[in-house]
Amino acid sequence: MTTTGIFLQVLQTLLAILLAPLLMGWVNQCRAWLQGRSAPPITQPYRTLRKLFHKDAVIAHNASPLFRFAPYIIFACMTLAAGLVPTIANDLPFSPAADVIALVGIFALARIFQALAAMDIGTAFGTLGARREMLVSFLAEPALLMVFFTASLISHSTELPVIVETLAHKDFVIYPSLAFASVAFWMVSTAENARVPIDNPTTHLELTMIHEAMILEYSARHLALIEWAVALKLFTYSTLGIAMFLPWGIAARGDLAALPLAVLVLLAKMTVGGAALAFLETVAAKLRLFRVPEFLGSAFLLAVLGMLIHFLLEA
Amino acid sequence: MSLTYHLQVVNLLAALLLLISFAMLSQRRIVGLVTLFAWQGAALSLSTTIVAWSTGQHHLYYSAALTLILKVLVMPWFFYRLVRKLDVNRDVEPMINIPTTMLIGIALVIFSFNLAMPISQMAGTVMRSTLGIAMASVLLAFLMMITRSKAIPQVIGFMAMENGLFFAATSATYGMPLVVEMGVALDVMIGLFVLGIMSFQIRESFDSMDLRHMEKLKER
Repeated sequence: MTTTGIFLQVLQTLLAILLAPLLMGWVNQCRAWLQGRSAPPITQPYRTLRKLFHKDAVIAHNASPLFRFAPYIIFACMTLAAGLVPTIANDLPFSPAADVIALVGIFALARIFQALAAMDIGTAFGTLGARREMLVSFLAEPALLMVFFTASLISHSTELPVIVETLAHKDFVIYPSLAFASVAFWMVSTAENARVPIDNPTTHLELTMIHEAMILEYSARHLALIEWAVALKLFTYSTLGIAMFLPWGIAARGDLAALPLAVLVLLAKMTVGGAALAFLETVAAKLRLFRVPEFLGSAFLLAVLGMLIHFLLEA
Repeated sequence: MSLTYHLQVVNLLAALLLLISFAMLSQRRIVGLVTLFAWQGAALSLSTTIVAWSTGQHHLYYSAALTLILKVLVMPWFFYRLVRKLDVNRDVEPMINIPTTMLIGIALVIFSFNLAMPISQMAGTVMRSTLGIAMASVLLAFLMMITRSKAIPQVIGFMAMENGLFFAATSATYGMPLVVEMGVALDVMIGLFVLGIMSFQIRESFDSMDLRHMEKLKER
């Protein structure tokens, strides 16, 4: 474990934490443009966070310590996840600590604390949101694992650095199975990030909300941490998608000269990806809750199909 | 893997063909179905062109052009008109619910991949590994015909089946002779028009496009 490696690791994690609200702001801005509204400034999420951190927290009388700790745990999980995914540099000191399967576990840990905290207060909305979240996530998780398995079959490893290495720094080969996996990954990540076909991130309509229902009771610094964690989760999922399907530009191990380019490439990919996300959210309608199992079932089947295609065409 | 890039693109297009077949299975609206059908035709035409270019089989260019004109331009246009005239773009209710249909579809894909494996080892063409995909898309289109009860989705399923057969022919033996292909294209064209006229007839006699009404022949 070299000093450079640790420096890069810290740099990458800080970059993720700092850039995450910017990505959120960019997506919101694009969405506003596409819907014909006047857009909020791209720095709006930072302002919201600052405002929330300056407020005093209001906590229900019957809240247990779990309710107070949950935002910190969720934020820590997302930071850890952001540190594990190769964003600008490959093969960092943290990466061997967890492969993609452990990454799914980290996301699950955050989700469980979110759901427990939502149920802790005992309001109807919190419980409703937590139950819905569990329904969605238990369908999304196997599909996500299948997507990871497809990517792992190609590179013969579940370690993200090896997956990136195989695609980005070896001979260019078109993998048809990744086309299926990427569609499945998009479907799963809309569910995991509470984006449009599954959940509307801006709604406060009690019949449809999932994620918002769980965080209704939070205020001030707790809410700020959760909002930041949400942005960080979106960012981590985007970098995960980039690492698996479009890893070109991520600096190879110990290649310091490629770093400035890697940051620029990351920003370019995020700009395009955020605009694409906003576009997809604008053209799609939110699904009825009972259509969600069908949507995520299709994602699972697509990922399985990707694996089958891999055995037929690429083995 | 030592495939050249254009063959990799053909493989990618074959995978897309299968993806579109699945999308058609899960599609509820007729207009969406027609659009997907047009895209399937486009993928087929593009892959045939690439195969023609990479192997120097000139008659495949004609097949690709035929596919492009018939299945990407003429037929979708005809279907769009038919849907607008008949005003039938409501949700199609499949006989088996869609997740189950998709599961059956996966089983069909596994079946046809296994079936095609020994056959494709005997074929001498460069794109023999896509034979399994071609068979899978034929079976998926067949499945779509079985699970839909309305007339137009059934016709589209039939056309998609023809797409799959065409792709199978290209991947196993570089396509059928041009005369056969022209004949098939003409047949499909005539079939399309007959079915177009038929669907007006069906609606006039039964006041619905549901083909289940045609199962009872006796007047009550």
